[in-house]
Amino acid sequence: MYAFNYHAPKTVRQAATLLAKNEDGKVLAGGQTLLPTMKQRLASPSALIDLNHAEGMSGIEQKGRNIVIGAMTRHADVATSAVVKNALPALAALAGGIGDPAVRNRGTIGGSIANNDPAADYPSAVLALGATIVTNKRKIAADDFFQGMFATALEEGEIIVKVSFPIPSKAAYEKFPNPASRYALVGVFVAKKGADVRVAVTGAGSNGVFRSKECEAALAARFNAKSLDGVKVSASGLNADMHASADYRAHLIPVMAKRAVDKALAK
Amino acid sequence: MSAKTGVGAPVLRKEDFRFITGKGQYTDDINRQDQAHAYFLRSPHAHATIKKLDISAAKSAPGVLGVLTGDDLAADKIGGLICGWMIHNKDGSPMKAGAHPALAQGKVRYVGDHVAVVIADTYAQAKDAAEKIVVDYQVLPAVVDMNKAKSSAAIHDVAPDNVVYDWHLGDKAATDAAFSKAKHVTKIDLVNNRLIPNAMEPRAAIGDFDAGTGVYTLYTTSQNPHVARLVLSAFVGIAPEHKLRVIAPDVGGGFGSKIFIYAEETVCVWASKKVGRPVKWTADRTEAFLSDAHGRDHISHAELALDDKGKILGLRVQTKANLGAYLSTFSSCVPTYLYAPLLSGQYDIPAIYVEVEGIYTTTAPVDAYRGAGRPEATFLVERIIEKAARETGTDPATFRRKNFIKSFPHQTPVIMAYDTGNYTASLDLALEMADYKNFAKRKKDSAKNGKLRGIGFSAYIEACGIAPSAAVGSLGAGVGLWESAEIRVNPVGTVEVLTGSHSHGQGHETTFAQLVADRLGIDIDSVAVVHGDTDKVQFGMGTYGSRSGAVGMSAIVKAVDKVIAKGKKVAAYALEAAEKDIQFKDGRFSVAGTDKSLAFGEVALQAYIAHKFNGQDLEPGLKEGAFYDPTNFTFPSGVHICEVEIDPDTGTTDIVKWTAVDDFGNVINPMIVEGQVHGGIAQGVGQALLEGAHYNADGQLVTASYMDYTMPRADDLPSFDIGMTNTPCTTNPLGIKGCGEAGAIAAPPAVINAITDAVGHEDVPMPATPYAVWQACQKGARKLAAE
Amino acid sequence: MASVSMTVNGKQVSATVDPRTLLAQFLREHLHLTGTHVGCDTSQCGACVVHVNGRAVKSCTTLAVSCDGATVTTIEGIGTADNLHPMQAAFRENHGLQCGFCTPGMIMSAIDIVNRKGNKLDEHTIREELEGNICRCTGYHNIVKAVAQGAAAMK
Repeated sequence: MYAFNYHAPKTVRQAATLLAKNEDGKVLAGGQTLLPTMKQRLASPSALIDLNHAEGMSGIEQKGRNIVIGAMTRHADVATSAVVKNALPALAALAGGIGDPAVRNRGTIGGSIANNDPAADYPSAVLALGATIVTNKRKIAADDFFQGMFATALEEGEIIVKVSFPIPSKAAYEKFPNPASRYALVGVFVAKKGADVRVAVTGAGSNGVFRSKECEAALAARFNAKSLDGVKVSASGLNADMHASADYRAHLIPVMAKRAVDKALAK
Repeated sequence: MSAKTGVGAPVLRKEDFRFITGKGQYTDDINRQDQAHAYFLRSPHAHATIKKLDISAAKSAPGVLGVLTGDDLAADKIGGLICGWMIHNKDGSPMKAGAHPALAQGKVRYVGDHVAVVIADTYAQAKDAAEKIVVDYQVLPAVVDMNKAKSSAAIHDVAPDNVVYDWHLGDKAATDAAFSKAKHVTKIDLVNNRLIPNAMEPRAAIGDFDAGTGVYTLYTTSQNPHVARLVLSAFVGIAPEHKLRVIAPDVGGGFGSKIFIYAEETVCVWASKKVGRPVKWTADRTEAFLSDAHGRDHISHAELALDDKGKILGLRVQTKANLGAYLSTFSSCVPTYLYAPLLSGQYDIPAIYVEVEGIYTTTAPVDAYRGAGRPEATFLVERIIEKAARETGTDPATFRRKNFIKSFPHQTPVIMAYDTGNYTASLDLALEMADYKNFAKRKKDSAKNGKLRGIGFSAYIEACGIAPSAAVGSLGAGVGLWESAEIRVNPVGTVEVLTGSHSHGQGHETTFAQLVADRLGIDIDSVAVVHGDTDKVQFGMGTYGSRSGAVGMSAIVKAVDKVIAKGKKVAAYALEAAEKDIQFKDGRFSVAGTDKSLAFGEVALQAYIAHKFNGQDLEPGLKEGAFYDPTNFTFPSGVHICEVEIDPDTGTTDIVKWTAVDDFGNVINPMIVEGQVHGGIAQGVGQALLEGAHYNADGQLVTASYMDYTMPRADDLPSFDIGMTNTPCTTNPLGIKGCGEAGAIAAPPAVINAITDAVGHEDVPMPATPYAVWQACQKGARKLAAE
Repeated sequence: MASVSMTVNGKQVSATVDPRTLLAQFLREHLHLTGTHVGCDTSQCGACVVHVNGRAVKSCTTLAVSCDGATVTTIEGIGTADNLHPMQAAFRENHGLQCGFCTPGMIMSAIDIVNRKGNKLDEHTIREELEGNICRCTGYHNIVKAVAQGAAAMK
């Protein structure tokens, strides 16, 4: 790790001020991606603004037909939250499958979404559920938030405060993990809310999380795994690496989508 | 001696207390007064000449005590790292070994090669300063593909075609004759994938020069501290042996990778005098991936000749073995003498001929990794046997049974003389434990659920108890492979066992104590095992090749016998009887036909007070040493059966049942032996399903962290069903064969034979990742459709 | 430099550290609690697992300064050779360790599993929950047995 200045603000406002003051400063949330990156000297922030001591940034509540989760809420807390398990079990299951138990005890929803790792799990839920990202400055719709690999709509000095998930009628997430990293090789989140069906895919796209129009069209007609029979997803624009070709990823998208639909309907 | 702690009992481990309470002392846990820290600047290129190396800015960076390069090594006349086994080419000429300086001297040959070392007050300062070193590289073409190596840029001047050796074994004419009689020939092309050992404790070293005595001390993660001292003294020239102490404290796993003498420990111990402070280095995991010696990495073609009754007539094999950029300590013998002599497997094969080319590439050195040559041989034999059974429409168990060696001793056509075994007994037990007769029903049930089920066999053999010194000497080894032991009996009757073996997970502190306590009839807690320090143990060859039981414990038995013999002399004086009348049994020396006796501890006291005898007739004290040199290898064998279920939609392979039946000869502690089998299978399954080192065309290691190199995790593996048969080894006093590598040797072909059975064709690579198996399923479906 | 205070194994400790000091480094280098090991750089091997405020975390992926005010428990804080924690005893009784390097993290993760999942753990659950702990020696067979027995004994 390179040396950096360390700040532990007590409020979001302080954090934002510090972030504005420190050019090349970075926000430290759970640190489960940022710290390994810094250890390998692949990132060299001049300052870390540590949100772990900031108040009011974590917690889960149901507000009407939305589940609202504070940005510093740990994956483990989302996974085990009675509120989430009851209203949005797909999200609890997704959170319970991120990394491993120790990583889930530290990693946060805000950190995961802000980082927008192309193989992270949360972005698929945010996009499929049409969540709203609430920052210290504004509200951003999921469809506008993710802007390609590791890129988001967040501006300089902008910090995610919470995420609001509309409660769907049916939803589920299925992940096919990379055997080594256990990140998503292909992760598919399906959500049905009224007539609206959204299918978000993580891990597969070379430009980060995306919606599968092919799967969405098939499922909009009838929300059933059989509807995905014969659905072909194009391999163009998908990742190819030593773990999986673009064709294999393309093949896995409807396979995982089917399993997700079955799971969503089983509840 | 209580039956609960005797030989054959599953005694709980004595060493566990410190490990489960966090009190182990691994090298990185040790801190020397005023120690400095080393950081190695490594080559980012696979192959380059160093046109200019400017260390001036780094030297003046904060905290820096020294920046050392290959020029400094040369100025101090420090020699290069060596390869300790000379292989001769077919024409009798010696192999081509390029120089291996601990820090680059004008050229780098793989990504991770050592360019310079920075030593500073803190590790962070050393790393910061290393970024200030300016290296002007002239990049040369990477040499990654063994098949193209001969026409690629030369890595070492001594080997312009990048061939280290062109070696063979066996009778070519006899084998050609066997093939000319064949009614059926089975052919197979195989890649034995490259692995990265990944002991959980990364390598580490502390060099500590004492200016007062002129003695260097090296703390290091080694499986064989005496071999390290020998190499660093006699060949590298750090200091003569009496001025160099090597300590290998608790070591967190080795699997072969900590046998070798590496650049980092060499540099740390040398640099400790140059900077006048102890110098510590601990690898991070990526450094481990880049610079630990890798394992396996063969490309082979094999042909098996059968007669009209399905009996094997002959085997011929051509193998290319990747040795990496430099010849590591024992690398040259792994694809030759640890490989080819095992190609007879458990089978009566009249004629075998094998050719091996050792190839230089611009990749990390490749050397022994758990099994070392024997897994590669077993993979080849058991894959071609399985394929031959399928091609001839024979049940794979029946095919094996028909061709098993059934009488012993058996001389194979490739050096080895098997002393004993009962391969049919292991097969029968394995078939029963695996419920083989109901497999077809299980396969049908899987098919109903859209899954493909397969079953795979592996009837392996290994050569362990490495090794008879005269035999290995005649084959090119630079050392003898005996082992030493010393038994020091204290006046109160407690015992220290000094051994040249090294324990880094094997549980020697328990099993060696079990043996000695059993033989001397004393409490196991009265026995302490001492190892891993060249100042304490006179000499030893260390732990690898499943040798610590068969060779290390045999040395202990010899020393114990000498202690008992001396004890009889002492007892004779103390009991005023003739030495020939003294008997030793159950911890007591007694006079035959009388009720006069002394306990072992009482005799020990008599030996040290020496009141009852004249020191000129009998020396006081009770301490005996022994060197044991085996007369043959040992030949553990067994049958493993793997049953898999494959999801053809994703290619995921689930191991639903694992049966292991092993014949290790006599067993000291079955709990520890089973643990060795479990761990070996996990590494073998890792090779078959998960692990593979991957260099891209530029020679960059793509799998340089756990993000891309798949380590077996708990949820990748099943629990294992373990069975044992026993034909005691006839060539060592304990009847022990060795168990440390069996699982890693047996497992890969069992897995691949199961997957190829499930998908219906032979084209399944290792590692059989979901992606690879998905492709194989597609091919299988196309094949089925075409039929 | 930054100051940090925490309670480690029941003892209050304070220090001034470089902010880039990881919790694992702080434990090993400042407090000489070398039972916590570092086996990888990417937060995967789990040799460094300790409990922070009662929850398992990877101390190689946590800044010491982030743990200001926290209660930390390491392998040295759960039992001694004379008075083993039930999970420590279970690892010994089931031969759940060989080289011992992964063992402290494995035991700390195992206790965390019991804290979250209760005393009756089946093999499937144990294997899944050990995803973040890598062992190269045992093949996990005996670790799984140890965790099940240790869990039952923690009742």
